Amino acid sequence: MKIGVVTFPGSLDDRDAQRAARLAGGEPVALWHADPDLHGVDAVVLPGGFSYGDYLRCGAIARFAPVMETIIAGAADGLPVLGICNGFQVLCESHLLPGALTRNQGLHFVHRDQVLRIESTDSVWTSAYDRGARITIPIKNGEGCYVAAPAVLDELEAQGQVIAYYEGGNPNGSARDIAGIRNARGNVVGLMPHPEHAVEDLTGPGTDGLGFFISVLKALV
Amino acid sequence: MYRIVVDVMLKPEILDPQGQAVANALPTLGFAPPVGLRIGRHVELDLEAADPQDALAQADRMAGTLLSNPVIEDVSVRLA
Repeated sequence: MKIGVVTFPGSLDDRDAQRAARLAGGEPVALWHADPDLHGVDAVVLPGGFSYGDYLRCGAIARFAPVMETIIAGAADGLPVLGICNGFQVLCESHLLPGALTRNQGLHFVHRDQVLRIESTDSVWTSAYDRGARITIPIKNGEGCYVAAPAVLDELEAQGQVIAYYEGGNPNGSARDIAGIRNARGNVVGLMPHPEHAVEDLTGPGTDGLGFFISVLKALV
Repeated sequence: MYRIVVDVMLKPEILDPQGQAVANALPTLGFAPPVGLRIGRHVELDLEAADPQDALAQADRMAGTLLSNPVIEDVSVRLA
C-alpha cells in the first residue's frame, strides 16, 4: 500500500512521515506540491512544518498548491487524507475540515510530549486504537488553538467527529480540548500533535503514534 | 491603476492573544490600560482595472478567496 507524503516549500516533517509509513508496513511515496499527479498512492499525508513560511495564514497558500486540487477532489471520493499540524491547518483552509487553527492562547510555541485520549475510532486513520485509549505523542506548534462556531463544535461532538482530546492540560487553548477531528465520512483526519514522531522507542516518547499509519494500511487492504 | 485597501480583522468572538499581550504591555509603559485592542492585517493592492467598481470587484474576490478566512476573520475592502 502506497502512502503519499506531500512536500510543500517549508514542510519539515515529510521525511518523518515517510519513515512512519514505512515502519507501519506501507510504501512511502514522496509527492511534490507543484505536481498535481498523486502517482497512484492509496492515501495521503500532509505533514507538519511551515508551508510557504506560514505567510498570510498558516496553510492559506498551500491550500492552492496544484497537488491540493487533486487531493481535495480525491478526498470527496474517499481518498484517506491525514493532516498533521501544518497539514491540519491546510485541511481547514481547504474546507475539507470545519473550523480553523489560531495562535496559541498563551502565545508560546509549545513543544512537549502530550497525552491524548482517543475518542473516535470510526475513521480510517484511528481504527487501530481502542476508544478511550491514552496515547503519548509529541506536540509542537505555535498556532494550534482550534476554533469553530459553537454550533459546529456541538455537531462535531454529537456526530463523533472529534478523534482525540488533549489530556493532562490543554497546550494551546483549543476549544473543548480538541486535538483532532475527522470529516463525516471518516476518510479525512486533522491532528495537531505529531504521531509520526512517536514510531520508535529510540527517537520519541514511544510508539503510540504508529496506530494512525497502521489504521490506514488496515483500511486499505 | 487603482489602490485598494483590504483590512482583515479576527472576528470579535475569536480570542486575539497577540492584541491582549500588547494591551497588557501598554500600562507597563505608563499608559492608561486600553479598553480594547485588536490586531489585524492591512493589505494594499494596486490593480489595473477598467473603473473603480471593477477594481473593487476584483479585490472582493481576492479578499474572499485568499486574503481572509471567513471562518475566523472579517474583511473590509475599499478604495484608498
